[in-house]
Amino acid sequence: MASKKAPDRPNVSKEELLKYYRDMLLIRRFEEKAGQLYGMGLIGGFCHLYIGQEAVVVGLEAAAKEGDKRITSYRDHGHMLACGMDAKGVMAELTGRIGGYSKGKGGSMHMFSKERHFYGGHGIVGAQVPLGAGLAFADKYLGNDNVTFAYFGDGAANQGQVYETYNMAELWNLPVVFVIENNQYAMGTSVKRSTKSPSLWERGAAYGIKGEAVDGMDVLAVKAAGEKAVAACRAGDGPYILEMMTYRYRGHSMSDPAKYRTREEVEKMRSEKDAIDHVRDLLVTGGLASDDELKAIDREIKAVVNESAEFAKDSPEPPLDELWTDIYA
Amino acid sequence: MATQVLMPALSPTMEEGTLAKWLVKEGDVVKSGQIIAEIETDKATMEFEAVDEGIVGRLLVAEGAAGVKVNTPIAVLVEAGESADAAPAAVAAAPVAAHAAAAAAVAAAPAAAPAPVAGEGWPHSDLPPGVPTKTMTVREALREAMAEEMRANPAVFLMGEEVGEYQGAYKISQGLLDEFGPKRVVDTPITEHGFAGIAVGASWGGLNPIVEFMTFNFAMQAIDHLINSAAKTLYMSGGQMGSPIVFRGPNGAAARVGAQHSQDYAAWYAAIPGLKVCMPYSAADAKGLLKSAIRDPNPVIFLENEIMYGRSFEVPAEGDFTIPFGKASILRAGTDVTIVSFGIGLTYSLQAADELAKEGISAEVINLRTLRPIDYDTVLASVMKTNRCVTVEEGFPVGSIGNHLAATIMQRAFDHLDAPVVNCTGKDVPMPYAANLEKLALTTTAEVVAAVKSVCYR
Ligand SMILES: Cc1ncc(C[n+]2csc(CCOP(=O)(O)OP(=O)(O)O)c2C)c(N)n1
Ligand SMILES: [Mg+2]
Repeated sequence: MASKKAPDRPNVSKEELLKYYRDMLLIRRFEEKAGQLYGMGLIGGFCHLYIGQEAVVVGLEAAAKEGDKRITSYRDHGHMLACGMDAKGVMAELTGRIGGYSKGKGGSMHMFSKERHFYGGHGIVGAQVPLGAGLAFADKYLGNDNVTFAYFGDGAANQGQVYETYNMAELWNLPVVFVIENNQYAMGTSVKRSTKSPSLWERGAAYGIKGEAVDGMDVLAVKAAGEKAVAACRAGDGPYILEMMTYRYRGHSMSDPAKYRTREEVEKMRSEKDAIDHVRDLLVTGGLASDDELKAIDREIKAVVNESAEFAKDSPEPPLDELWTDIYA
Repeated sequence: MATQVLMPALSPTMEEGTLAKWLVKEGDVVKSGQIIAEIETDKATMEFEAVDEGIVGRLLVAEGAAGVKVNTPIAVLVEAGESADAAPAAVAAAPVAAHAAAAAAVAAAPAAAPAPVAGEGWPHSDLPPGVPTKTMTVREALREAMAEEMRANPAVFLMGEEVGEYQGAYKISQGLLDEFGPKRVVDTPITEHGFAGIAVGASWGGLNPIVEFMTFNFAMQAIDHLINSAAKTLYMSGGQMGSPIVFRGPNGAAARVGAQHSQDYAAWYAAIPGLKVCMPYSAADAKGLLKSAIRDPNPVIFLENEIMYGRSFEVPAEGDFTIPFGKASILRAGTDVTIVSFGIGLTYSLQAADELAKEGISAEVINLRTLRPIDYDTVLASVMKTNRCVTVEEGFPVGSIGNHLAATIMQRAFDHLDAPVVNCTGKDVPMPYAANLEKLALTTTAEVVAAVKSVCYR
């Protein structure tokens, strides 16, 4: 059980734990709100929620420094919030308004922030993997010590371009951390049904890439693994593979009835492994924070999320001439 | 305070749904996150969770009610001691922007197969004359075509992502795994380039694969095998071995799914010698063309459309119904102008023809059905009669099917033209997500009407 881990982690400060709690809670509440806005028809198209996987991005961001880059799939809201993008701008992109990060032209799956070194938001499964290695190629070429986090799913891990990338990334020692977010399902296909080599990180060994599997529901374990991977990359000893064992609580997208797994399976993960409950337990059982303190944070987060939703409703649609802009530089 | 529970939107293309089942009754206490109802969308039955806490004061929509519009109040939650009558009056909470594109598309939908049909007769009409018909959706027609061909030929099999246990991402293959088993309904990992190549190899090995791409956007991962391996091998082998294979799936824009999920590939594939390319409009097209595609000894690219999947049309009720390739149908006879289109473009074309008729302009509407081969003869005969032509498609304007038709008409019917051919197409931009911009990016009925008026100098 999560709470038993508290004594094993003597070195974590209250401030650090509170930060993780706050950052993970923001993602969860934001996603719940996005789900509601989708139901109301304010968000359209595909909308993939990150609920359940919050510890992965929050833990890895804790291992990153300014200048590091990140790139991911369409399940991208959590990554954006965790790297410091503004909840209002993300929510307004979900509603397709001018106040969104892509002026409403990208949508839930396609957002970017040069300023926060967030390179999308990609709709084609697996495409972000070579793209992420390319970002790392540029950093190495330019001679800085930045690292790129290239996030992809267990389903994406079967795409051929992943292995073409592994080969080149190791050949050229690119400073990229390949983060496999193994949430056990690719849409309705469980990992067991898509491969007979279920240890996804071990596939890197064929190319000489180091890696490991990590409890992706434990933000402290994620951070520790992230620090190791990042240190290797910065020392010129990249790439590195981290397979984050995690779980998505909701359907694949808003239109997925998720009949391929039982409610009990979901309930079990939620009640036994929830990443936010884990940190909450560490704070409370460790005597580091009172219930009142945590409730105050809950209220604070709720306010941020509500504000983002109001902004996303009030922000106007893009002016019509935006149809014709940003096609060429 | 009493709060209303509204009918949720549960898929990109959902406008209305069926309230299949209430899992709570009046008086029950519900918690936020509790599943309170099952709702059938255009794609699936979804569990619907309560957002707020409260007591079910009233269920406003009865179990089994169909056609419940998104955002209609379906229940009232009250607090302890409060009466349901305290609920605010039903508000139409429909947001300005949401689903406008999809709504416009549906508004443009004709109720059924349009009449009147020109006199040329089958196969240049939507249906063979005098056959008994049944009403079915495009989705059902595609499924029936595959099932019939799989029953008839054990070498036919289906492969793709989520085609089996999940019953198809868009439910086209629903039930096929049950009937044909996992040997013939093969779930693949997400590896388009790999399984497209495996399927082409299997077609050389004596099988007749049907490859479903979850959408044609993802076929870009695999396009090398579609073109370099499937389309060219008959030629490169001096006629020894071809690829009897069908690549099918939804193509073009759905609703609000953004730039990487909204492309129409009709003109791309139609450019390739060695491929055949179909784009059905009606359910009869879907069934008859898909059966022909599965039997064809060549690689066939079969471009479907998600928005069309749920639309109903008449389809021959019995017998082995196929539609030959290269035979356009005339969906509406007319004398003043020829509108040539295919797939969802016909939705706008037919609606435009209705509007134009009110203004005294008689439009002939041609459904190409196949883009390779193209039925030039039917198009040219019509243009020689009407002397004016507008083409309508969803794809990009540069190198469009319309461009090709305009060139052909110019070369072969120049002296018959009273005006330049006008191409209505999608705009020359990646598909935007914002509802208002998406609407602008797509071709519309109003644009078709305007184009027809311009070639009629009206
Ligand atoms: C090339 C490609 N094929 C198929 C799809 C459709 N699709 C979108 S997400 C998805 C499942 C991906 O699963 P996974 O990589 O495990 O990521 P997760 O959704 O679990 O985060 C599929 C099949 C796509 N977007 N791109
Ligand atoms: Mg997954």
